[in-house]
This record gives sequence, C-alpha cells and structure tokens, in this order.
Amino acid sequence: MKHIAIIGNGIAGITAARHIRKLSDYKITVISAESKYFFSRTALMYVYMGHMKFEHTQPYENWFWEKNRIALKQGYVTKVLAQEKKLLFQDGTSLNYDDLIIASGSKPNKFGWAGQDLKGVQGLYSKQDLELLEENAPNNKLCKHAVIVGGGLIGIELAEMLLTRKIPVTFLVREHAFWGNVLPKGEADLVTRHMRKHHINVQLETELKEISANENGRVKSIITSKGEEISCDFVGLTAGVSPSVAFLKNSDIETGRGVKVNKYLETNIPNVYAIGDCAEQMEPTGLRKPIEAVWYTGRMMGEVVAQTICGNKIAYRPGIWFNSAKFLDIEYQTYGWVWAKPKLYEKQFYWEHPNGNICINIAYHKNTRAVLGINTFGIRMRHEVLNKWIHQEKEIDFVVKNLKKAHFDPEFYHTYYSDIQLHFKNQLQLA
Amino acid sequence: MSNTIQRNMSLAGEPPVSLSVVQKISVLMGMFGLMVLLLAIFNISFPDKSIWLTISLTSITLGIILFSYGAYAHKSAGIKNDGVWFKSISSRGFLAWVLGISLTGFYIILYFFPQFLGLNNNGANTGLIALFDPLSKLLSGNPASQWFVYGTLYTTSIFAFGIKFIWKYRHNQYEIIRTISVMFFQLAFAFIIPELMARLNNDEAYNIPYYDLKNIWPLNYYNFDQYRIDGFITSGDIGMALLVLGIVSILIITPILTYFYGKRWYCSWVCGCGGLAETSGDSFRQLSDKSLFAWKVERWVVHSVLVFSVLMTTAVIHSYLSYDADKYWLNKDIFLISVAVFLGVLFALVWFFKREELKKDAQYGAIGYLTIIIGLVGIHYVFGNSVFIFNPETLRSTYAFLIGSIFSGVIGTGFYPIFGNRVWCRFGCPMAAILGLQQRLFSKFRITTNGGQCISCGNCSTYCEMGIDVRAYAQKGQNIVRASCVGCGICSAVCPRGVLKLENGAQKGRINNDAVLLGNDVDLLDLIKQNE
Repeated sequence: MKHIAIIGNGIAGITAARHIRKLSDYKITVISAESKYFFSRTALMYVYMGHMKFEHTQPYENWFWEKNRIALKQGYVTKVLAQEKKLLFQDGTSLNYDDLIIASGSKPNKFGWAGQDLKGVQGLYSKQDLELLEENAPNNKLCKHAVIVGGGLIGIELAEMLLTRKIPVTFLVREHAFWGNVLPKGEADLVTRHMRKHHINVQLETELKEISANENGRVKSIITSKGEEISCDFVGLTAGVSPSVAFLKNSDIETGRGVKVNKYLETNIPNVYAIGDCAEQMEPTGLRKPIEAVWYTGRMMGEVVAQTICGNKIAYRPGIWFNSAKFLDIEYQTYGWVWAKPKLYEKQFYWEHPNGNICINIAYHKNTRAVLGINTFGIRMRHEVLNKWIHQEKEIDFVVKNLKKAHFDPEFYHTYYSDIQLHFKNQLQLA
Repeated sequence: MSNTIQRNMSLAGEPPVSLSVVQKISVLMGMFGLMVLLLAIFNISFPDKSIWLTISLTSITLGIILFSYGAYAHKSAGIKNDGVWFKSISSRGFLAWVLGISLTGFYIILYFFPQFLGLNNNGANTGLIALFDPLSKLLSGNPASQWFVYGTLYTTSIFAFGIKFIWKYRHNQYEIIRTISVMFFQLAFAFIIPELMARLNNDEAYNIPYYDLKNIWPLNYYNFDQYRIDGFITSGDIGMALLVLGIVSILIITPILTYFYGKRWYCSWVCGCGGLAETSGDSFRQLSDKSLFAWKVERWVVHSVLVFSVLMTTAVIHSYLSYDADKYWLNKDIFLISVAVFLGVLFALVWFFKREELKKDAQYGAIGYLTIIIGLVGIHYVFGNSVFIFNPETLRSTYAFLIGSIFSGVIGTGFYPIFGNRVWCRFGCPMAAILGLQQRLFSKFRITTNGGQCISCGNCSTYCEMGIDVRAYAQKGQNIVRASCVGCGICSAVCPRGVLKLENGAQKGRINNDAVLLGNDVDLLDLIKQNE
C-alpha cells in the first residue's frame, strides 16, 4: 500500500491528509516538530489573551486521528533523501515514503537587523513562539514596554494580545498607515485611528534600525529610522513571514523563496509535492502572488493535492480571492481585488460611516463598470453572494443596489445600505 | 503550556485578571447585601424589615451593576473575553468551587429544609423568609414562602446580571433585545403577575393555583396535577382560561413559534431557566463539555427525562380521572387511549417523513420509548386496575425529587461554575427535548456558515453553552442544525471572521451535510461534493 508522508500538521497538511483518507486507503503519516495534534495557528492569540485554552484550538478530538488511521509522528525532519524516498530526523530515525507532501509552513521574517536574535526579541508564528511570549511578556511588571515592528496582520494581533495584559505598545509601521501596502488609504487610516483609540502608539513611516542589549544580552531599547531610541523589554518582529524550507537545502528539491511547484503542486522531483505557506507557485493564478501564506489557500491546496495523489490529477486553480481578519474590535472581510494602489483600469467607491469605524470599498472596472472586489470593515458580508457577483462581473451599480442581498450581520443589526446607496448616487452626480 | 506557570503568588492577580478599584468597591457592596440575607438566616431580627430588605436587594443589584461598569464601561464595545480562562471563578478554580458548593448548599436547604430559612406553616415566619414578608404582602397580600424568597432573588439576579450582559455585548443588537426579553418575561410573567393573581384568591369565587404564565408543561411538570386542575376548574372563566393556556401553550403555540424561529423563541428569549443561564450564568458558558461522548450522553439522558415526564403526567392524570364516562366525557379509558393514539400517530408521521434525518441511535431510541409507553398502556389493560404497574404518586414524587429538584436546581444551577450554565437545559429539560426534536425536524431555523471564511479557531465551540462543537460544522461549510441549540447567538458574536449567522429560512438546503468550503476551483468543489 502506498505510504504518504506529510511534513507539517498545519491546515494545509491536515486538509491533505483528511481528503486523502476520504479518497483512499493509503497509509498516511503526518510529521510535526511543533505539536502532536493539529491546532488552529490563527487561534494562538486567544490562548495568550485567556479566551481559550490551548486544547480549544484543536479542531479534532484526540481519538480522531487513530480512528481515521492517520499516523502522527513527532519529529524534526533534517534531510529529505529524494532519490531514496526517505526522510531523516533530528533524533536519528528515518522514514520511507512513496509520496511526500511538504507543508512545512512559514517562519517570521528577520531582515538582518542588529540585535534581532537578542533575548526578548521574537516573532509570532508557532506554538513555541507563544510559549516564548509567555516568558518574554508575562505581565506589565516584567515587560514594561513592548515595540512591534511591521504593520501587518500578525503585528496587530500581537499588539491586541499585549494590551490585554496592559503592556504599553509602540508600533512601527513602514507605510503611511497601518497595512498601507495592502489596504487603500481610507481603510488603512480607519484601522490606524482604531489602533490609536486603543492606546497603541503607532509610529508611521518609521522603521527599525537596530536593537540594543543590556548587560544580560536582553533587549533594552530600539533605535528607529528616525533616530529615536525607545526603551523596551520586548520586541515583536512581525514584518511578514517567509517559507520555512531551510531543511530542504542540499536535497534535490528545487527551492526559491519557497518550494517551487507547478500548477499541479508538483516539485521538480516526481512524487514530491508542496502545499500551503511554503509553496512557491511558478505560474500563479490570475493576479495572485507566487506565495500566499493564508489559512484558506493552504486549505485549498490540501484539497487539490489529495485529488492528484489519489489518481485524479488536478491543477490548483483557486477561485475568487477572499480573506478576513479582525483588527481589535473591527472585523474585516475582503472578496476579489481592491488594490492599495488602484490599477490603471480600477476605480474605487468608498463609503465610511460618520463614526469612523465602519466602511466599505468597492473596486470596479472604470470602462465596463464590472465589480472587481470589495472590502468591508464592521459589516459582515455573505461570501457566496459576493463570490458570485464578482465571478459574473456584475456592474457596480447592480452591486450597490443589491448589497442587502449579501447582508450577513446578525439579526436586528443596524444596516447601512440606504446610506451607501445615497452616497453612491451623490458621487455619480458629482462625477 | 508554559502559561500555566505561576510567576508570582499575588492573590489580586495581574491584568486581565485583577480587579479595578471600582470593582473592589462593588464587590464590597454586593457582599454587604448578601451579608444582610445571611444574618437574617441566622435569625438576626432586623427592626424594620422592609427597609433592610430594600437595602439588601438594592446593594446586591447596584453591586453587580457597578462591577459591570468597572469591567466594561471604559473599554470599547466588542468581545470581552480577556482572561476568562485565567480567572479562578470562570475556569473551575478555587472561587468557582466555593461558589458552586455554596449554591448547591443553598438549593438543598431551599428544596428540602425550608425551615432553616425560617419557614413556619403554623405561625409567623422567622429568619430570612420573614425578611421577605413585607414585599410578599405588598404583592400578593400573603406572607412569604421559601419560593417567594427564591423567586425574588432569582428575578433580582436575572435583572442585575441582565444589565451586565447588555453592557458586555452592547455592540450586539441581537443580544441586547434578547436579554431585555428574558428580563421582561421573568419580571412580569414569572414574578409580578402571578403574585398579583394570587390576590384574586381572596375572593371565594377563585382558587387559582400559582401560575408562572410562561412556564410550559413539561417544564412545569406539575401543571396538570389534580389540585391545580381542580383549582382551574373552580375559578370561573379566568381559571378555565389558564387551563386552556396550559394546553394550548404546548400543543399549539410552541409548535408554531418553533417552526418559524427555532426553539430559541423560548429557551433564550422567554424561559426563566434560560434567562438565569444567559444572564447570571454567562460567565460559565465556556465550561460546557464539547466532546462527542457528551453529546451522546445528552441525547439519551434528555430524551429519557422527556419519556419519564410524559409517563408520569399520564399516570397522574389517569389516577384522578373518573371511570365513569357519564360523569365527565374525559374518563380514564378515553384519556389513556388518546395518549397512546396521539404518541403513536406522532411517531408514525415522524418515521414516515423524517426517518432519513434520524441517526441510528435516535431511531432505536424512538422505537424503544414508544414500545415502553404503549407497552405500559397494554399492561394496564391486561392486568386491570393497577395503573401502569407503577403507583402514580410514587412516579410523581420520584420525578419531583430527581428531576424537579436535584437535576434542575441542585445540579443544574448549583454547578454552574463547574459544568457550565446550561447543564439542566442540555441534559435534563423535557421541554427543551420537545422543542429540540421539533427544531431538528420541523423548523426554519439554522445557523448559517459563511462560505469558506472559517479559520477553525474554536471561539464558537468554546463559548457554546450547549456544548455544541460549532466549529466542526463551520469548518466543513455546513449549516448548524442541532436539536440542542438555544439560539443564544454567542457563537456568531465571538466569531472573529464573521462566519456564523442565526437565520430562519426555507427548508430546502437547510441541512447540507454535503456542503463544501467555498474558495476553490468550481469543478473541484463539485467533485468534492460528490465524494461527501
């Protein structure tokens, strides 16, 4: 019987394992050095905040794996012997496979800053990072001040976490506003304002220059690109993540920034596949980037690779882009493409509630008026409906008029669709 | 996890566990109010009872409200679960056990030793119950009983913690309106109206039994006891109206509302047990057991209680009906046969239309239970007079003791801080069982999953008070259609990605076990769907 080894038990690897089990009787081994059981990485923040215990982040009860004959192996793969179809582990053991799926995820970016490896300096990605954070920032007596570098999703989550323990946070953002390389100005400003309302000291257009240590080799302060020195006990490095593929060096598997894969998620070596954060698409779909380190894409690649391995070779062709996040109290959803710097053909219709916490931004083609994407803040939208509209290239006028059909806020919530329509009409008249 | 490492021994704790100055004052205030009640229990005679009762209840209420102010007022509107699993009270810590044992003790005294609270049937009340006499006389004109004391504290609790809940979820319109509803029904329907109705009994024409108007059989399992039926029948039009209400509530109102809105219209909008769980019990909702095993236990236990209550009520009614059809049209035989026919037809209909929707154990259970009931009716006819082989009075008192007192009170509420706030509703309530069967099989209600947006974080499952593993459905893109769901809406509120929505909609596609997560290539999604 064919033996499928999967390196990594994140959402990509586990989705692949589950779907392979549904489709076949193959022997499946899932390997992880991080934790025995699959957990939701995106939920780690809630453990530090006390919303959940770690076991609550595990989507399946522990008996699930044995019942579904998915073997779990704890260990760190140090070497892949692709020719021999063999994995070598740190503890000296080895494992033979027939098919290999690499789903090893990411690691936090470090850009060679002076002092980036000091004690008290860390990223936030893995379970071990969370444990380290408990040591580095257990409370506001041992950690009197924290600096976070990098204005993305993990950064704001880390800030929210630290705030629950009343640790003051200074947040360095390279762009003109929070997540300004992804969010258009209206939305980026909205989030920045919201962060400041939560007493996060957001320093815009500011980068990290270096981190200095005290006599114990612990962080004591940082110096910003503007020359300011900020004393701190903790530095969170959250300037994005990159594929965790160092263990593949010296194997025959071709890597660039990530593991290079074709449309079928195949690497250059037969029977070796890569999915999730660590995969680098050589021919990305549409406007997508070669590496997409997102929960949903990891899951989708897992679904696809399972088909291929079980004899139904299928290309990875993700549908309309979508994502979501929560910025402190404000929920964010996005469907399709709304670019921070609008494309030449793209126009955006932006509406913001007077309270400054709720907004919607609809991108459309300026000639055909076809809707290209939508961002919402503080309004929940129905994925299915927006997915369909974008796919069908509905005109912006139709979308604004029918927005109510995509309503997904809880019952009795105040709706803003008439305000949005009015604003749209006024803009049309001005134009 | 290393976050269990205790780094200092400070009892006051650190953020987010520590209390603010306002909260410390509020605790003092509430404790003072409770202390007055405690002193009354130990027979300290307060000079002016109405003033001291007012002082006590006011300081408890204001204490809770001030505590909420300290907890939420200075924070922006949003989810407030910081430190829930660090706090002793909400994570089965020391305080939780102290509270659990105190509450349990209180229930045991309340149900079985009311004399310790000062109940005196042959003279004036003393102690705690005497303290409540002035309020009881103001409302009903009668001296207080242990049940009046309990009702007053119960209502105060729902009211004060209701305000806390509204403050906590002030960004969520659904939660605000729902909580105002439970506060209203408790205060008006369960507390004030029945007390005022008791005044009617001063007139000799009336002999109305105490009736919490929103309490529906089989939750108030005693509603069709002989003394109550006699009371209803001898109390003119009002009495008859109440009797009709009791029957109509379960046979007509309940099915209609549950069809349109799911069981939430009752369990989390109207019911008193639900009201207490949602308000006072909110801090304990994360303690419910989410395992598959617990779900299995739940199904068997709650439906067994339902069968027990049907059996018990049938036996009790049967026991006081006459043999003689001339005396009253509803005699023993007609009643017993109509119960058997009703249950038989109900079973046949469900079996015919909805069999595929029932799991194997539900099918076995349904057949088994029907056999038991019909079998007992059969035994009755074969062996003549012995009713149901059980003595109806034994059945009734066993039910009252095991289910009515121990399960709903002592365990159901006393163990809030250990098992969570809906243990009774989930494992024990026969009303919830009926509503649940209907919600699962004949209702428009469901919780919808939003396309592919679920990140399996687990907030929904963690904060589901009914122990439903909401995530298990959401991460597969399935709607959540579960008998036990009371529609509290918290899963939807705590979801960080806007995935869950409580909805009433068409039957078609309501249960979608073949659902797939949106996002991938359309052809692949079709393929995965076929494999499901």
